[in-house]
Parts: sequence; C-alpha cells; structure tokens
Amino acid sequence: MNIELFLQYLVAGVTYGTIYAIVAIGFNIIYNTTGIINFAQGEFVMLGGMTAVTLHAFLPLPAAILSAVIITMIVGAMIEITFIRWLASPSVLRMIIITIGISILLREIALHVWGAGVKALPYFTGTAVSSISIGDVHISPQVLWVVGVSSVMVICLNLFFSYTQPGRKMRACSTNRTAARLCGINTKNMVTLSFVLSAGIGALAGCVVSPITYIQYDGGTALAIKGFTVAILGGLGNSMAAVAAGLILGILESFSIWVMPTAFKDVISISILLLILFVRPSGLFGSKEAAQLKEF
Amino acid sequence: MLRIKNLEAGYGKLKVLRRISMHVSAGEIVTIIGANGAGKTTLLGAISGLLGNRAGEILFEKQDIRHLSPEKIVSMGCSLVPEGRQVFSTMSVKENLLLGAHVQQRRNRTHDAQQDLDRMYGLFPRLREREQQLAGTLSGGEQQMLAIARALMARPKLIMMDEPSMGLAPLIVRDIFAIIRKLRDDGNTVLLVEQNAKVALGVADRGYVIETGKIILQGPAEDLLSNREVQRAYLGRDLDAEMRI
Repeated sequence: MNIELFLQYLVAGVTYGTIYAIVAIGFNIIYNTTGIINFAQGEFVMLGGMTAVTLHAFLPLPAAILSAVIITMIVGAMIEITFIRWLASPSVLRMIIITIGISILLREIALHVWGAGVKALPYFTGTAVSSISIGDVHISPQVLWVVGVSSVMVICLNLFFSYTQPGRKMRACSTNRTAARLCGINTKNMVTLSFVLSAGIGALAGCVVSPITYIQYDGGTALAIKGFTVAILGGLGNSMAAVAAGLILGILESFSIWVMPTAFKDVISISILLLILFVRPSGLFGSKEAAQLKEF
Repeated sequence: MLRIKNLEAGYGKLKVLRRISMHVSAGEIVTIIGANGAGKTTLLGAISGLLGNRAGEILFEKQDIRHLSPEKIVSMGCSLVPEGRQVFSTMSVKENLLLGAHVQQRRNRTHDAQQDLDRMYGLFPRLREREQQLAGTLSGGEQQMLAIARALMARPKLIMMDEPSMGLAPLIVRDIFAIIRKLRDDGNTVLLVEQNAKVALGVADRGYVIETGKIILQGPAEDLLSNREVQRAYLGRDLDAEMRI
C-alpha cells in the first residue's frame, strides 16, 4: 500500500469515526441523566436528515438544517414527555423496551411519510465530484464539513457541560440524583433536556452526513449499532472517550477493506462490541469500579 | 416553623415511623437522637419529601408540605444535608456550591451567587483553599462542610442535618458542631439528627429521643442530658450502677 492510499483510507475512517462518535455522545447524554440506553438514538439521526431533505424543497440549505434540528429536538422532548416522564420508578429493562418501541414507531412513521426511497441533501459546498487536494490526498469538501461540524459540536457540548448552569445541573443529576433533588433541581426537566440535546445533536449529524452516506427510513438502526459499539468501547457515559473510540472504530473499519471484502465491514463493529462486552465491559477508558456501580 | 402531627411513614409495606409529633421553632437547634434503625433518617426523608409514602400532617411555616416534591420543599426554604454527605463527587467544590444556589436563582433571575460563595468561604475557609478540587477527593470532614455549605447556599429558613458526625474524627466533629452553633447564633434554625447523643445534646436547645419509630422522650437538652434513661442508653453511663458503688 502506498502512502496516498493509506491517507485516503485514514480520511474516510476519520469521517465515519466522527459520525459514530456523535451518535455515541447522544447515547451518553441520555445515559448519564437517566441510566438508560436510548435505542431510538439512531432514529433521531434519520429524522433530522429526512426532515432537512423535505424542508430543503422550500428553504435554503442552512435554514432547512436549522429547522430540521429544532423539529427533531421538539420530537425528542415530546417522546420523553409522553413515554418516559410519567413513569414513577421504572426498571432499566422497562425503559429499554420502551426506547426500542419508540425506535420502531419512528421508523414506521418515517416509512409512511417519506417512503422507502433513499434521500440525501446536496453537498454543502461543491458537488459530489469536487475535491480538495492536500498533497496527493483528495478530500471531498463534505468530509471537512462533517469533521468540522462534529468538532465544533463536541467543543460546544464540553463548554455547555462545564461552564453553564443548566449543564452543571445535568451533570449533577447524573452524579447524584438524590442530592440534585435536595438542591431543588427538577430532575425530570433535566431528563427532558437530555432528550432534547441528544435529539438535536443526532439530527445535526444526520444532516451533515447525508450527502455522503444517504439516508433511508431505516438508516438509523445501523448507525445506532455503530454508535452503541463506540459508546461501550469508550466506556458508557464518557463523551470524550467516545470521540476516541469513534475514531478507532472508523479507522479500523476503513482499513478492514484492505484485508477483507467491503461487505464484511460491519462485522468489525459487531465483533468489537462482543469482544469488549466479554473482555472489558467498562470500556477502554472506563474504570472498573465505576462500571460495577452502574445498573446497566 | 416546622410542626409535625401524627406522622407515619415507611418503605412500601414496612412502617417505620409511628405517630410522630414534634415541632421546631424559629431560631433554635433541635436534635433528634436515637440508635441505629430507630427511624431518624426516615423522619428526615419524610419531611424533605424524598419519601413519598407518608400519612399525617407536616406543616412548614403553616403550609402543608406532605404532598410536595423535594424540589418544592427545598425552594420553600427547608433544606436537608443528607446522610453520608452526598456531594457531587465528580464536580469541583465551587460547582457543588453553585448548584446549591439553584433555588436562589429560580427565585431571582439576577441573583448573584458570588456574595453567598464568599459568605460560605468565610464560614469554611478550607473550602476556599479547595475551590477547584473535585469534591470526591476531599476528606470526610471537608465533604461534610461542603454538604452543609451547599445546603446553606439556598439560604434556607430551616436546615436539617442527618448525622453530620458520621465517620469523622473527634476533632473534626468538634469543628463541625462549632459551626452548627455559629449557624444558630447567626439566626438559623437547625434540626439535627444524631447518633452521637452527647455532642448533639451539647449544642441543642431541645431534644427528642426516638426509639423504634416512636418518640419516647422529649425536653430541653440539659434535662435530657441528665436523664437516667438517656444516660444509660445513649451516653454509656449507668447511674444506678454508679450509685451502688
């Protein structure tokens, strides 16, 4: 393999890796405030992309994306309020089954609204064939958009959780829910906020990635599995570790084409998921003690 | 300030508290002493709203708070320093305190927490030194101070403390109780639950003795300190035996 090909694979890996990381962060945000895995996370990505494509018929691209993200956030809030909020003290199993139900529901609704066809937003800048050359490596401008938007999103989330009072309150809920209530924090609102936030970042990810990967009514499931793998690989609840784990998975996948047929690409993520669950359930960067304290 | 009538509470079918009646007036330190499993923590859980399953009457400033959520009760000015500190261990000392200011910010959008922060650092200079440190890395005594300070950030009318002396060295217990006394001198009202009856009765104005979910004795702290029953059961002195010698 020559160096150009190597770099080309690397770029592809990083692109997919950042998307996986964003989906994983969506998992982590909800996991941190509620202790459950929201299996409808992939559907937020699909919903964001699909809505943006539809709105793009009437609106310019930035406005369409912004509206799609806001609409998905509202959907996220409504889901939490109708399905999760009123449960008094639900078991983890019950919550997980509910989120799986929600994901099936969203998928079927999407099938009825948008049909089974494949859709995509246009490239943000340039076209499918335009590329930026850095040395001998050719990068699609959309790749830069994906990596750029995702990085900005991660940085903004970090600032939000570290320096704003709502961010602190969400962290407080995830560290010690009883103590948060004793500070007068309404933990139920924080759970709603976590759904809104994950829906929003999922939708934005869906928009930026759609020109490259295309989206379909059931496209969320595959992404959710990858995102889940990454979340577990990094250590559940740890968003910075998710970024690292996302890049690892993306790059591994992209280099796997080298040694085996493309069709087996997904085998990599599933094998990693199984391997990590057997060998190190706390994740690469998670601590064993913390994992033992977790309900799930 | 706080008046409880015939309070019954428990977990599921298990009834822990049986017809508890008590009151706390403004400006006093009231202590509840009792052995392990007597129902002290349950009582505070019932008052603070953490325990949903309760019957009877809990009046805070003449309002019935029995059906309110803990969030609402805290915002009314009744704060609990929970058993075992329960600080936000992965967050810094300052962040813990700022979270305590949450109800103040809800009441008043322009509330400036800095003033309250300075007040807390004045009361607990150790916390100022550790401002940026993660709360989980503090010593037990410092965590207890942080838990008290966090509750005070809400400027509560009544502050309830669950076993502030638990697991602390005697010297630190003395510090913590000096602060509790200082809080009362500054006009705060304190409801103190303690297993360490000697220290608790030392600072308190009045006390209640609770045993298997019932109040068996009550009165001014000095009276309880000299009470034979209390001395035998909670202070480890048997006056009758000492008389015979």
